[in-house]
Order: sequence, then structure tokens, then C-alpha cells
Amino acid sequence: MEYQNIFTRLQVDALAYDGAPLVAGTGNGERAGKPFFSYWFGKIGDAQVGPIYLGWTGVTSLLFGFLAFEIVGLNMFASVNWNPIQFIRQLPWLALEPPSPAYGLSIPPLNQGGWWILAGFCMTISVVLWCTRMYRRAKAFGMGTHVAWAFASAIWLMVVLGFIRPVMMGNWGEAVPFGIFPHLDWVAAFSIRYGNLFYNPFHMLSIAFLYGSTLLFAMHGATILAVSRYGGERELEQIADRGTASERAALFWRWTMGFNATMESVHRWAWWFAVLCPLTGGIGILLTGTVVDNWYLWGIKHHIVASYPHVFPIVPDPALGAGK
Amino acid sequence: MSETNRRIFVQAIILLAAASFITGCERPSPQSTQEGYRGTGLVDVQNPRSLAEQKQANMVPVALPAAPAGGPPSSLIFKNVKVLGDTSVGQFTRLMVAMTSWVAPAEGCAYCHNLANMASDEKYTKVVARRMIEMTRNINGNWKTHVVETGVTCYTCHRGNPVPSDIWFDHLNEVRSTFAGNKGGQNMPTEAVGLTSLPFNPFTTFLEGGANIRTVSTTALPTGNKHSIKQTEWTYALMIHMSKSLGVNCTYCHNSRSFTDWDQSRPQRATAWYAIRMVRDLNNQYLDPLQSILPPARLGPAGDGPKVGCATCHKGVYKPLLGVSMLKDYAELAAPAATAPEPVQTPEVMPLPVAPAEATPVQASVPSSPGVAASSIATQAH
Repeated sequence: MEYQNIFTRLQVDALAYDGAPLVAGTGNGERAGKPFFSYWFGKIGDAQVGPIYLGWTGVTSLLFGFLAFEIVGLNMFASVNWNPIQFIRQLPWLALEPPSPAYGLSIPPLNQGGWWILAGFCMTISVVLWCTRMYRRAKAFGMGTHVAWAFASAIWLMVVLGFIRPVMMGNWGEAVPFGIFPHLDWVAAFSIRYGNLFYNPFHMLSIAFLYGSTLLFAMHGATILAVSRYGGERELEQIADRGTASERAALFWRWTMGFNATMESVHRWAWWFAVLCPLTGGIGILLTGTVVDNWYLWGIKHHIVASYPHVFPIVPDPALGAGK
Repeated sequence: MSETNRRIFVQAIILLAAASFITGCERPSPQSTQEGYRGTGLVDVQNPRSLAEQKQANMVPVALPAAPAGGPPSSLIFKNVKVLGDTSVGQFTRLMVAMTSWVAPAEGCAYCHNLANMASDEKYTKVVARRMIEMTRNINGNWKTHVVETGVTCYTCHRGNPVPSDIWFDHLNEVRSTFAGNKGGQNMPTEAVGLTSLPFNPFTTFLEGGANIRTVSTTALPTGNKHSIKQTEWTYALMIHMSKSLGVNCTYCHNSRSFTDWDQSRPQRATAWYAIRMVRDLNNQYLDPLQSILPPARLGPAGDGPKVGCATCHKGVYKPLLGVSMLKDYAELAAPAATAPEPVQTPEVMPLPVAPAEATPVQASVPSSPGVAASSIATQAH
């Protein structure tokens, strides 16, 4: 019981290893750097750090990511007149805003949203390159490319918000600002402007997959931890050669709710839930303003809005009256 | 105690501490009152402690004993009386005493008057006060859609301060660099908009200017509504200002599932609709024109005069002074604005008594904007 999957009390010590050989002909270089051990990493995972492979996709991705980070950060810093104390104090409020809608899809001056376009461009390049890198690393290792596709799903949502939808709407002003509170206030204003996003069915799906993902993750993580005393954390072995850990995990859920996933299928459940969350969310965002302009009224049209009795007098819109 | 028992004990303590930390965030627990049909979330949430503080801060000063109405009008008795000329000498004097206690309890009559010549307009404060009486009468006479019969007096805003709290000024154009760091009028912690990152000056736009507030489409599918998300953020900022000024949440007026739908809104929303028009009227007709006679110390950083918003009267309470009408004791302020006849021959000005003892001292709240160099809300006398 001294050795468990996470937050270990014992660290298993071994000589550093370079890992399995790469698939020949995938065009990727070898891993670089001398591995070392970190006691604190060993507390939460593998104590060995490195070797690492960045490749040109990794290096350029980090470079563009750094550029985006600097453009956003320095604009925030400039907005508090280069005052380091105010920069830290106001950081959650600071932002780099997209151009005013009046600029349409043209490229405005740097301080009128040009910086936002540059930062968005660099960030998009960065994440796409990182995704490419993960795809190529997986291929080089002879793995499936599931991780890269899952990341691509998140990139899809990001690109819909910052590029595809603004282009369809005809102005960059529709896009999200870079900033902590500002992007949250933008989300609220977005929902208000388009008549309450909760009546958007793709938003509903996205929420279901979001909460579903956390539920599945909790169920799966808990189940594996619970059977790790029978070797259940060796999931790959259990998939190929079902042992008592797998049996117990499966029977537990069958007893509890009549149905159980398998050691293999539970990972498909989790992967699809996670991937479908931004995928459906992106569709919902894309339809907003382009196809549907007021989701609440759309909901009324399609009979998904509950009606409640009136409990206070109805006051007509004063703007319609002859009053001032 | 065995190892396992000790562990369970420690875990239970941690859980209890976490639970009490989460639930103890606001003390005592807020009270909620259902305002709409069940399930619609139309709930008013208030903290009993804040309510007690509100009650304390909104005590109404005791009204002065009523003055007799008879006798010649004060316009014939005093010199240079341009408003209130139709009141009796007793009523006129009583109102002057009351105004002193409401507006300048520390400074006394001399805040507005040259004590050697009470009729003189040499002090700008007297000219402002005259205009403010006209404004008060305009509110009470022409804006019953908002103030109903409760009405307002000088005290509603002033609360013992020569310059009311919660007034606002225009912002200096804050572009420090043409190269980077454009805030776009937002993204700065400001009390006036509830410490959100929304546009920090919705006042000039909506409470002085008549910018369009409604951005949401009235049709399910696109039919040409070009209002942007950024515009919606400006509307949102105004709404947060109203919410903060009244100490209420969105659902005090709106059914949040459809903010625009009047059929589902509470009647308070119409009262607030008239309030926006009223405040625009006050800022444009009464406050902006006074800018030219104010000394530099009373002007804002952009050189403009002080202006009113929702909080200037409401001061964080859903009804100013918790809905107690002071107007009923000072009917002179209710009369619709009427031009007093020019006074003819008048004796020397009567000496005014000193400020009465029952003037309630009011602690003006000083809202602070953390880390903000230029907040749009001046906290006190500027």
C-alpha cells in the first residue's frame, strides 16, 4: 500500500531510459538532452525529466506562442502606463481588445485592434503547429493520433470564436478580447446580445458533454484507484488480459447501475465526450448571429420555452407609448 | 486511537473546515425573497447586515415645524427672489433653514449668501442653489413617472454635503500612447460599474447623451440588427451601474431568461426606464449649463461640471431614503416650476436663524476604486 498511482509515498528509482525506438522513415529526429531526476515530479508522476524532442514544429510553435503572449502582455502593460504595481493589481481586468466593428474585416492601425489581429494570428499558428507536432510525434512512435485530434477539437472552437464567425459576421469586433475578466464579460454580453445562449441546442449539447466529461473522468479515475490494489492501474495489460481488477471494476458498476463499460471502451467514452464538448460548442457559436439572432425567440418558435403564469401586472414597453 | 481512526478524524476536520469556509463566505447568510413565479429565478437577494446598515444610513431628518401660509408673498418682502416667490415669508424662511441643514450644515447661510447682503448673487453657490430648486420642482412636477408622489428634496442627494456623493465627471481621453495599450474605454476596475471589466463610463453615453440602449434582436432569425457585442457591453455597464446604485440584482426588474421581454419584466423596469430619461433631462437642462459658473475646483479632470447618475439619489438603496417622502413636509418644492415675478420694492433682508440642531449629520460613503487613477465617480466634494 506504500506505492500508489498518484501522490506516492515511495518513489521507484531506476536508471534513466531513452524510451522505445522510433518508427523508421517517419522523418523525425531523435530525442535530445541528458535526462535528470526530479524528486518533486516523482511525487506526482514520473521522476525522470527528458530527453525531449521539439523539432521545427515545436520550436516555431513556442516562438509564435511567445510572440502572442508578449503582444498581449505588453499591450496590457502599456495600458497601465508601464506601472508594474498596477500591472499586477489590475491584471485580471486588463485586456487586448479586438478592433471596433466599424473597421469591418480590414486591418486597423496597431493600437485600434491591429495588435489583436497579430496576437490572434500568432496564437493560432502556435497551437496549429503544436497540434501538428503531436500528430507527428504519435506517428513516429507508432501510436494512434487520438491526442492530436482531441486538441484539434479545442482549436476548432478557438478558431470559430476568433476567426470563422467574425469573418461570417463581417467584422473583427465580434471576436473575443484577450483578458481574464474581459473575456468572461464578453461571454455574458454575447449571450445577452443573441437572446440567451441557453436556448441554443448546440450550447446544451456542449454543456452536457462538458459536465459529462467531468463525471466520466471522476467515475473512471475513482474506479481505477479503487482497484489499483489488484493491479488495476495497469490498464493496458487489463485490456488485453482481463484480471480480477478489471472484473471487480466492471461488476461494481454492473451492480450499481446495471451497465458497465469495459476497460477499453471507457476510454472511448471519455475521449468522445471530451472531443464533442468543443466540437458541438463551436457549431453553436458559429450559428449564433449568422443563422439565429435571438435564441430565446428561436426557442419559442420551436416550443422549447416553458411558459409561466403572470404574478405581477404587465407593464407595456414605455418606448411604445406616447410618454416621454 | 488507531491509525485508521486518526486518519478519518483528520479528514473529517478538513471537510468541516472546508464546508464552513465555503458557506461562511457571507455572514450572515443572505436572505432571498421570491418576487416572481416559482422557478423563474426572480428572487431578491439581500444580506440582513447590509439592510441594517442601509436603514442606519437612510434616516430621514426630522421635519421643521410647519410655517403659516398667509401674508404677502416672499417675492414682495425680499429682494432678488426669482424662485419660491409665491411662498409666504414663514415658508420661505423655513425652507432656507432646512436647505442649510441639508446642504451646508457646517458652512451655514454664508455658504451661499453674502451675510451683509443676503439678496446678492455674488456667490456662485447661490445661483447654483436657485437652479437646483428649479430642478427639484421639475423632478417633482414633471417626472412623477419616476418619483411618483414620494418626490425628492435637496436632502435626497445632498445628505448634509455641499456637493452630493456619487456624482460623475467625464473621463479624460486616456490615450497615453498611440502605439499600444488602448483600453477601448473599458478593462479597468471601477466601482461605478461594479468592479467588472465593462466600459467604465456608461454615463456620458447614456445618462447625458441619448445613445441607444437596446441591442437585442426582436426576431428569432437575422433581420438586419447590426448591434454589436461591444455595444451590448456598454448597455451591460449601464445596467450594472443601475444595479449597484439600487443595491438590487438584475431580476429586480428583468426576467433573466429574456432581458428584453416587457411581458415578463417586473413593473419596476418601467420606473427605471423613466429614470434614465429623467437623469438625461437633469444633466442636459440643469447640470451641464452650470459648468460655466463653477470655480475650477468644482470641475472634473476634463473640465466639465458634476453630473448625476442613479446612485446620486439612490445611494445603494432600491428607493432613496427607503421610500420615505420628505416632500410632503416641504410642499414648496413640489410646485411646478413657475417664474416668480420680479420683486418690486423690498425692505432689507431678514436675518436668518442659524442652522437648527436637529440637522442629521450624514457620513458620506466614500466608494473607492482600487488602483484607479481617475475614477468617473467623484466620491465627495471634488
